[in-house]
Amino acid sequence: MVKGSKKTGSGAGRFAAVILLLSALLLLALVLNLAIGSVRLSPAEIASLLKNGKDASTESIIIFNVRMPRMLLAAILGGALAVSGFLLQSFFRNPIAGPFVLGISSGAKMIVGITMIFLAGSVAMSPAVMVAAAFFGSLMITAVVLLFSQKVKNMELLLVVGIMVGYICSAVTDMAVTFASEQDIVNLKYWSMGTFSGKSWEHVVTALVICVPAALASWLLSKPMGAYALGEGYAKSMGVAVRPFRLALILLSSLLSACVTALAGPISFVGIAVPHITRTLLKSSRPTLVIPAAFLAGAVFCVFCDLIARTVFSPTELNIGTVTSIFGAPVVIWMMISRRRREA
Amino acid sequence: MTEFFKTSGLAVGYNGKTLIRDIDIALRKGGILTLIGPNGSGKSTILKTVARQLAAIRGSVMVDGSELFKMTPKELARKQAVVLTDRIRPELCTVREIVSLGRYPYTNAVGKMTTEDRRIVDDALELVSVTDLSERDFMTLSDGQKQRVVLARALAQRPELLILDEPTAFLDIKYKTELLSVLRRLSRERGVTVIMSLHEIDLAAKASDLLLCVKGETIAAFGAPDEVMRSVPVEELYDLDKGSYDPVLGSVELEKADGAPRVFVIAGAGFGIPVFRRLQRERAPFAAGIIFENDIDARAAKSLAAECVTAPAFEPITEELFERAKKLMLSCERAVDAGAPIGALNEANGRLIALAKERGMLEK
Repeated sequence: MVKGSKKTGSGAGRFAAVILLLSALLLLALVLNLAIGSVRLSPAEIASLLKNGKDASTESIIIFNVRMPRMLLAAILGGALAVSGFLLQSFFRNPIAGPFVLGISSGAKMIVGITMIFLAGSVAMSPAVMVAAAFFGSLMITAVVLLFSQKVKNMELLLVVGIMVGYICSAVTDMAVTFASEQDIVNLKYWSMGTFSGKSWEHVVTALVICVPAALASWLLSKPMGAYALGEGYAKSMGVAVRPFRLALILLSSLLSACVTALAGPISFVGIAVPHITRTLLKSSRPTLVIPAAFLAGAVFCVFCDLIARTVFSPTELNIGTVTSIFGAPVVIWMMISRRRREA
Repeated sequence: MTEFFKTSGLAVGYNGKTLIRDIDIALRKGGILTLIGPNGSGKSTILKTVARQLAAIRGSVMVDGSELFKMTPKELARKQAVVLTDRIRPELCTVREIVSLGRYPYTNAVGKMTTEDRRIVDDALELVSVTDLSERDFMTLSDGQKQRVVLARALAQRPELLILDEPTAFLDIKYKTELLSVLRRLSRERGVTVIMSLHEIDLAAKASDLLLCVKGETIAAFGAPDEVMRSVPVEELYDLDKGSYDPVLGSVELEKADGAPRVFVIAGAGFGIPVFRRLQRERAPFAAGIIFENDIDARAAKSLAAECVTAPAFEPITEELFERAKKLMLSCERAVDAGAPIGALNEANGRLIALAKERGMLEK
């Protein structure tokens, strides 16, 4: 070995470095998000606004009621998406799995859409109700994908199935929209394109209460996830209770991605691209390290993407999915090509 | 003899359909049991059942006095480890990380490794000589190296019972013999009991204390290797009709050439074997003589030659045998002197060579 001197130190050292780098980036992204927009604020102004607390000034309202909830939501949901993707990748033992490409996000969108149209009159569309509807939709489509995965062992083929299922869900959503009232369509259109704009503290609290415990629970599954990477047979032989473990992976992953879809609409490619970047940075796929790092990286990614979405063509805002696709999809292509090359 | 591993009336199969029934095996602690039998005979099915990857259809399996199917997953994982035929493809995983997974049933809820765990991992790496590879990415290893790492992972689990499904499948001869030596050492020095399946019948007979022949719906034979080999000839076990197997030499021979012998080989003391093989490759039927019964050439000729003149060991070759060999040689188109030494007991071979030379049929 050329550089095998620090055997245990190198992995832990690298992890610390990656976490430090991501934290610095997140801090930078957060500051930029507070500063940039239709009203520009200098770091000094932001500091004094934060110190003085909420008051009635326009600047204070922009910081506390507009920019802060929006960026915190982007950070939490970005992290949630990354972890959700990583859980699915562990489940399928394939890095190309993700909530969006497998049609799970579209399933969530479909049920939320139907709920918005047909139940809006009788049920108040609070963030919690939206999450519940999305969770139901996610689980439904996950069940469909799992049913197919028993027949289709090839991951690429399963992706095609996922994408097709996604199209079917979108078609059903469109059909529902046809029968919706004018008022509902406006809400639905706005939401279904994916955006962090116009989010309140209620959204942030809902996201926080669901995603942080779910991400922590995911981290606690790190040990069996590591063993499961060797396959079901080996995992079983090491004492992993495979069925409950797989169920936990699916429930957590669905809950995380449902929360994102409900609160911000469908956001593409984060679930695949961010875990991949994280693994590459860490040079490891150990879940204990990847899950916290991927959460942070997902937060950084989404906060930056949201900054771009709302500033580049200001005052016109882009959909968040547009920006994440532009940055995320090439990463996925690069990953698939480099994997092919490695296997050849 | 206390039995560490015992099955009684075990029936195995898939989806409730019995594939093999009445499996009664007993194995002492530290013993090595090898399952042999043709592809698709159900070796893997038995191993998977014994490893509890597959439910038994009937019967019981006792490991160290406890019922296998009643152990908790953790108890089981501390008792036995497996090497499966599944190819593993972990992403970005070092060899050490893979082997460390073997400590799974011993570490805490988040998998924290103690100094003792690390020592056991080092020991496992050392045992299969992959210490040098410990920081390498698993996916960059050769098949042989991967297989050894997979074994090291099983060893890190510190099992009392090790179950291996075709562990030598991707290994070259060096690693095959090394792997089997490691298993023998584990069984001798650490009392690890081993149950495995092998395709190499020759190695199976040499490395195992017990052999189990799997063929058909029941066990064809179970016992010490020499007994089993006597009771179920390999040719029969594997439906071998295009070749043969010599249980004493442990050598496999390809199909012999049919027809009346065209070449006569004057052989002995192992000099005949390369000539036999050459002729067999050329598909020229041949006869051999005069070989002493205890000669290695005699064993090879038995599976390769169309006809062979053999003489009782340690006695001079009689005139009668010489005449028989002479007649046989003269019926051939040509004769070959394999170059065996000629001494007082087999001077008759010298006369055969002289005769062949005289008739102009001797080929050097």
